Amino acid sequence: MSDNEKINEIAKERERWEKTTLPKWMGQCPERKSEFRNHSGTLIKRVYTPEDVNDLDYMRDLGFPGEYPFTRGVHATMHRGRLWTMRQFSGYGTAEQTNQRFKYLLKEGETGLSIAFDYPSIRGYDSDHPFSKGEVGICGVAVSSLKDMEVLFNGITLDKVTTSMTINGPAAMLLAMYIAVGNKQGVPREKLGGTTQNDVLKEFFAQKLIIFPPKPSIKLVTDIVEYCTKHVPRWNPISISGYHIREAGGNAVQELAFTLYDGITYVESCLERGMKVDEFAPRLSFFFAAHNDLFEEIAKFRAARRIWAKTMKERFHAKNPRSMWMRMHVQTAGFTLTAQQPLNNITRVTIQALSAVLAGTQSLHTNSFDEALALPSEEAVRIALRTQQIIAYESGVTNTIDPLAGSYYVENLTNEMEKSTMEYFRKLDDMGGAIPAIEKGFFQKEIADSSYEYQKEVDEKRRILVGVNDYTTEEKQPIKVLRVDPKVEEEQVASLHKLKRERDNKKVNEMLEKLHYTAEKDENLMPTIIDAVKAYATIGEICDVLREIYGEFKELIVI
Amino acid sequence: MRTLPKIQEIARGVLAGDRRSIARAITTIENNSPKAQELIASIFPHTGKAHIIGLTGPPGSGKSTLIDKIIREYRRKGKTVGVIAVDPTSPFTGGAFLGDRIRMQELSTDQGVFIRSMATRNYLGGIAKATKNAAKVLDSAGKDVVIVETVGAGQSEVEIIKVAQTIVVLFAPGLGDEIQAIKAGIMEIADIFVVNKADRANADKAVMDIQAMLQLNSKERMWKPPVLKTTALTGEGVSQLIERIGDHRLFLEKEFERKRSREKAEAELVEAIKEKVANSIIEELKTEGKLEESLQKILEKKMDPASIAEKLLNKKFKKQVQK
Amino acid sequence: MQNQRKIRVLIAKPGLDSHDRGAKIIARALRDAGMEVIYTGLKQTPEQIVETALQEDVDVIGLSILSGAHKTLFPMIMELLKQKGLTDVLVVAGGIIPEEDVPEMKKLGIKGIFGPGTRTNEIIQYIFENIPKRT
Repeated sequence: MSDNEKINEIAKERERWEKTTLPKWMGQCPERKSEFRNHSGTLIKRVYTPEDVNDLDYMRDLGFPGEYPFTRGVHATMHRGRLWTMRQFSGYGTAEQTNQRFKYLLKEGETGLSIAFDYPSIRGYDSDHPFSKGEVGICGVAVSSLKDMEVLFNGITLDKVTTSMTINGPAAMLLAMYIAVGNKQGVPREKLGGTTQNDVLKEFFAQKLIIFPPKPSIKLVTDIVEYCTKHVPRWNPISISGYHIREAGGNAVQELAFTLYDGITYVESCLERGMKVDEFAPRLSFFFAAHNDLFEEIAKFRAARRIWAKTMKERFHAKNPRSMWMRMHVQTAGFTLTAQQPLNNITRVTIQALSAVLAGTQSLHTNSFDEALALPSEEAVRIALRTQQIIAYESGVTNTIDPLAGSYYVENLTNEMEKSTMEYFRKLDDMGGAIPAIEKGFFQKEIADSSYEYQKEVDEKRRILVGVNDYTTEEKQPIKVLRVDPKVEEEQVASLHKLKRERDNKKVNEMLEKLHYTAEKDENLMPTIIDAVKAYATIGEICDVLREIYGEFKELIVI
Repeated sequence: MRTLPKIQEIARGVLAGDRRSIARAITTIENNSPKAQELIASIFPHTGKAHIIGLTGPPGSGKSTLIDKIIREYRRKGKTVGVIAVDPTSPFTGGAFLGDRIRMQELSTDQGVFIRSMATRNYLGGIAKATKNAAKVLDSAGKDVVIVETVGAGQSEVEIIKVAQTIVVLFAPGLGDEIQAIKAGIMEIADIFVVNKADRANADKAVMDIQAMLQLNSKERMWKPPVLKTTALTGEGVSQLIERIGDHRLFLEKEFERKRSREKAEAELVEAIKEKVANSIIEELKTEGKLEESLQKILEKKMDPASIAEKLLNKKFKKQVQK
Repeated sequence: MQNQRKIRVLIAKPGLDSHDRGAKIIARALRDAGMEVIYTGLKQTPEQIVETALQEDVDVIGLSILSGAHKTLFPMIMELLKQKGLTDVLVVAGGIIPEEDVPEMKKLGIKGIFGPGTRTNEIIQYIFENIPKRT
């Protein structure tokens, strides 16, 4: 029997099953809903059969791990060779306190560092700026100068760890500080490994940590990619992010499509700068959320790899297979975690983490159960880390690569998500690209509508959130939450003022003037920023120079 | 309980430039409360000094960013500014999202600037009147310039913008066939055209396209609308725009424009009379329980509205005469 | 024409917190409930929030904050409202405000505090029932 004949046979049998066996069950045990849809709106079938993967071609669409189109994984040995990096996003209070938390996590088995900066730092303000009042060290670690960075890595040598930095507007400054710390420790920049998020496009419609207008923002991103390509070859200069798109309310398809399209935009920007695609593409990395719907998330990650590989090959003519790799970091979805009955969150995080592992992530952060209440307590973050370790060592899922491959359901979902993503690509191309789309409010509207729809579903109980709109309980579980000592702000401000008194202010002013001059000439700013940072110029001072030249930007609001 | 001060107190506060009074005055006008007329009557003698500028443009043209820069430029010149940002009320829910002030927010704490968002509230002709009166409040409160901002999309927006003495219409290159899309009503009453985002490649083409349209539509106008370029993000071109707005004001003070003002005043009086008469007669009908009767006549096609109106008016005036 | 009173609400995000998903959902829900919603975007100082409330003559101020900076920013806002004579405005708050901070916030004059998981209808009802009546 030929393949088509086999499929027809199955189709006939399915129809028989639907006419004979199914109705009996529908009578006795009717389905709980008239329609089963996932949050992206995809209608989910009762059962998937070979019919649903009829046009799947193994070698064309899946291939082997480590080979184009990389659907099954970017490396040939994946987690059998090396487990994903267990990289917990952390930071609060002073650099000293966060240094302690880093050491704790490394001791407990995390295998990579990830810095959470406080709001003033990520927004380019020093701890003593009027805007920083009440915000210093509350949501992350306060870093205003190289001095703070040095304390942050006290006792941690940069050739022994890799570090991810969630920083966008001031990414160049923080990267410069990291390089300077490495320098002081005797670690040359060629040996430094890690990531700067440095993904400014999604700020305009998702994370909203905007400083400068779109054009100069992209220029800064490209500066960093260019600099790292030449001088910091083990660094991932950019982590093209979908996590925040999801947290802002986008669904899985929007997360996938918008993230990858941002990636396309960055590649175009680097090419316009004169770089060759195979020079910089191997170090582009990605960052996604892992949400509740186990199979949709797995399909999303697999589709992401395949789409990116195809895009790099067909749209950008990359030749080096490494340019086609999509290496990803995943974080379990913060938004899904509840303040009500917080211990339930441990279960949620486990399912979410599992999707990322089954789909072959390179790096993973698991949220702590007290996510909706405060920054993670030591106990909560330890449990989150243990979740990863239990999956890694006890569940057996890492014994083989891409175990869900061949599942009629998952392969069908993967294909559907790819199709939907390509539709979005066409729409965005027609609009003239990501920037015109941002200006028109396209991403913002898509996300606002998804987000509102989700809330309506919860309000109307069409979507059950256990412990929140169903299975609620009046009793409160007493949880000891982390509170940042208000004295932190005092200490940090005092320390900053001391620094400003004791450093060579003449040198600082010289460096800032040089930066001003270089920025006006439109040159790559990294070398000048590194010099400024080494002279202990602060983030705020450096950003102020750039604010003067580029102006500040306010988002377009679409509800 | 929010006890509001008497309307005369509010009026006094407005004339003294008290910001809370200005805010309450505008609310009184928006709500079309019975006291609104008394308020307008009190402040009317103190109006006429402010230059009322209308600014309209499609979404994405950078209107709010431009207004922010315009305000700053006026402030640099020592002028005080009022802004009325109008947004549509949802016809389905009756609510409105008023987000225009976001790009002017830094100026909200400048005591020389007063920004107020208003929703159209969808009552016929109402928003134009409310906007006009809100502008009068800001005028009488001493503002040198009052900017009325709308999105240039519908017919009611044309009515709103006519409230202004100088109408500025904004475009941005590459937004689409917006030049054709902008209703003819707006094109004909615009006094100044601005192509924003002038750093874009097709900005010059947009300028030429507008100039060509103006040539085609050249009715005999004494004022030839200039076509300017701005880059709102950097502020480039804004001081020239202010200058041209100033030029237009000078033009308005000339003789033939005084004639136009007279025509406007007559139109306003007619409007006011219409409204008062209509309100008074409808109220009477309601009190007498006779409104339903008249409406039924119309619905059953027994009598047309104009004839009914004539009958009612004749009755009313006869009553007056007989009195 | 008749009296056209509408409930005017200012939704404000004080401080550097950039999580606006909730604020935007509330803004939309309140608009859909027939209210006029002024939303001024991110990074608002206490001065900007109070000045805006004054100019817009709002009935309600909704403060949304998830960064933990409410302990510093809310007292500043409430103090400014007092200074400007805006004590009759209904002030509510949402976001991440730990249980243990709620009594302190209520003492400042913030009447309703809505944590994560609150249904939007609950907030809408609360506003309808608690806005100051105008004479």
